[in-house]
Amino acid sequence: MSFLIDSSIMITSQILFFGFGWLFFMRQLFKDYEVRQYVVQVIFSVTFAFSCTMFELIIFEILKVLNSSSRYFHWKMNLCVILLILVFMVPFYIGYFIVSNIRLLHRQRLLFSCLLWLTFMYFFWKLGDPFPILSPKHGILSIEQLISRVGVIGVTLMALLSGFGAVNCPYTYMSYFLRNVTDADILALERRLLQTMDMIISKKKRMAMTRRTMFQKGEVHNKPSGFWGMIKSVTASAPGSENLTLIQQEVDALEELSRQLFLETADLYATKERIEYSKTFKGKYFNFLGYFFSIYCVWKIFMATINIVFDRVGKTDPVTRGIEITVNYLGIQFDVKFWSQHISFILVGIIIVTSIRGLLITLTKFFYAISSSKSSNVIVLLLAQIMGMYFVSSVLLIRMSMPLEYRTIITEVLGELQFNFYHRWFDVIFLVSALSSILFLYLAHKQAPEKPEPEPELELGLEPP
Amino acid sequence: MASLDRVKVLVLGDSGVGKSSLVHLLCQNQVLGNPSWTVGCSVDVRVHDYKEGTPEEKTYYIELWDVGGSVGSASSVKSTRAVFYNSVNGIILVHDLTNKKSSQNLYRWSLEALNRDLVPTGVLVTNGDYDREQFADNQIPLLVIGTKLDQIHETKRHEVLTRTAFLAEDFNAEEINLDCTNPRYLAAGSSNAVKLSRFFDKVIEKRYFLREGNQIPGFPDRKRFGGGTLKSLHYD
Repeated sequence: MSFLIDSSIMITSQILFFGFGWLFFMRQLFKDYEVRQYVVQVIFSVTFAFSCTMFELIIFEILKVLNSSSRYFHWKMNLCVILLILVFMVPFYIGYFIVSNIRLLHRQRLLFSCLLWLTFMYFFWKLGDPFPILSPKHGILSIEQLISRVGVIGVTLMALLSGFGAVNCPYTYMSYFLRNVTDADILALERRLLQTMDMIISKKKRMAMTRRTMFQKGEVHNKPSGFWGMIKSVTASAPGSENLTLIQQEVDALEELSRQLFLETADLYATKERIEYSKTFKGKYFNFLGYFFSIYCVWKIFMATINIVFDRVGKTDPVTRGIEITVNYLGIQFDVKFWSQHISFILVGIIIVTSIRGLLITLTKFFYAISSSKSSNVIVLLLAQIMGMYFVSSVLLIRMSMPLEYRTIITEVLGELQFNFYHRWFDVIFLVSALSSILFLYLAHKQAPEKPEPEPELELGLEPP
Repeated sequence: MASLDRVKVLVLGDSGVGKSSLVHLLCQNQVLGNPSWTVGCSVDVRVHDYKEGTPEEKTYYIELWDVGGSVGSASSVKSTRAVFYNSVNGIILVHDLTNKKSSQNLYRWSLEALNRDLVPTGVLVTNGDYDREQFADNQIPLLVIGTKLDQIHETKRHEVLTRTAFLAEDFNAEEINLDCTNPRYLAAGSSNAVKLSRFFDKVIEKRYFLREGNQIPGFPDRKRFGGGTLKSLHYD
């Protein structure tokens, strides 16, 4: 009886998460596109729902809600479904949509997407070999095998994102790094941009007029086609078309310049907006936070280095350690069991919420930056895949932040994984990612021009119109 | 050779609808073989005979400014794009017939270019809801072009074309539906070519023959950061 009640609670919450994922997809991700294939939306919402259910089960574990056996059952079921989605469904659909975009293979879509999926499975399997992830006494298709590989990919992703985020966050928040941009700078750059456009236009006018006179005289501008065409064009080519190719080359160079100028101008506008934002209250608040974050990031990088160098993996979680410190050093006595439960609930809850929110925001930004109307389906499915793997690995890693009595359920459900390996791997990738982000941001900061340089070569190169 | 008069026409629309292919087709009478992302703005020039076939025939250059990007871009990108919208004589709005969102976004595109979304407080009042009155006193000729016609199945064609007819009516503009990979849609003498020619003639007329004073009435001064108006940097 209690099992039925528990199951109905779980299912209701899953439907709620599904609805939330659906809304997020429609309102945020796809707000500029038309949803033509509902399969994509369903898959995304289902992945999101099952991932959130895993977190919900952790919270229930800490708060001791629901029956213990029904929790265990739901864990197992949830895990199976998520693995099914991440390893079978999403990669297959990614392959299917990629193949649909290529016109040549349109006829045998199913065949080629199956082939792609098999290739994916092969590489996925090979991924587990170099890592000492689990003991060899498990079967081929067991949960442990799949989870271990999904875990590796997910942990790598998490560490990469954390490393970059840890460095990028103070860089964006703190106004110390903002370059000084004045209106005059922007106007000067815009003037250069428009001058370049004018030069492009005058050359294109020449080309258009040349083409028109050639057309009227009866010469048709033949592009060299085929072998004989190329030979012919070497020996005898009309002066008009020679001229055209010369001008076309100049135009190409100018167009490249105009693109650079456009991007630089957009960058200056963005910096200017950030300067204005930093003068507001919110901006000042974030600037202050930025200083805190930078200290926190330096500390994290330091800790990661220590962990790797001294080859230690933290044995106790922060909650128990904090309680130990308060009880032993500060002499404050309180009901350890009661408080440890509540504090770990709050801590784990904060970690979960911030990581979900952070991931969704990053995914949205990424999606806006790189998607187009053709590739939006593929990209959303890739994002769903990343999201699922990210959440599964969070469950793996969150085990470290929980007191011992709550870790058992994760250890039981996920089987005999070498959890220590994952933490070590996370530290390594985090360190690598943070250091390379520092290098990358330093280079990018250095390269940005402070003032627009004088343009002697352009002034000399102006031709009479 | 460049002593002919010129007019400037913007080509606006969501990314991926086919603006670059369209501009290439209009200016070089050839299909664009390898379309790629347009960063910033790419310009091409078409030589047009105003009032072709009559004694008053005169040749003009029509500059087609193909502005890339999406309507939901960051505001810094929008501010940068705004520098291309100065002294515009005509606007071609391009949408994808297979994608309804791109047609809906045309309202936002036209508002961005006509600069009607700035009110004195600087707060965006319109949230995409269309108000026909805003286009009532618009003096800049518009043309609506729908692309990828070949990808619409025969059975759905009527429904799609009715929808686009309403769209064109909202803008008080002519509409052309074509496929940018097939030059026969704009073959000389076809109704599409005639509409195109009429549109360009209208743009030239508004620019050179119906001027009252220096500026086209109804075109608001652009308010930039700091309140100053940007001087026109073109040779006029």
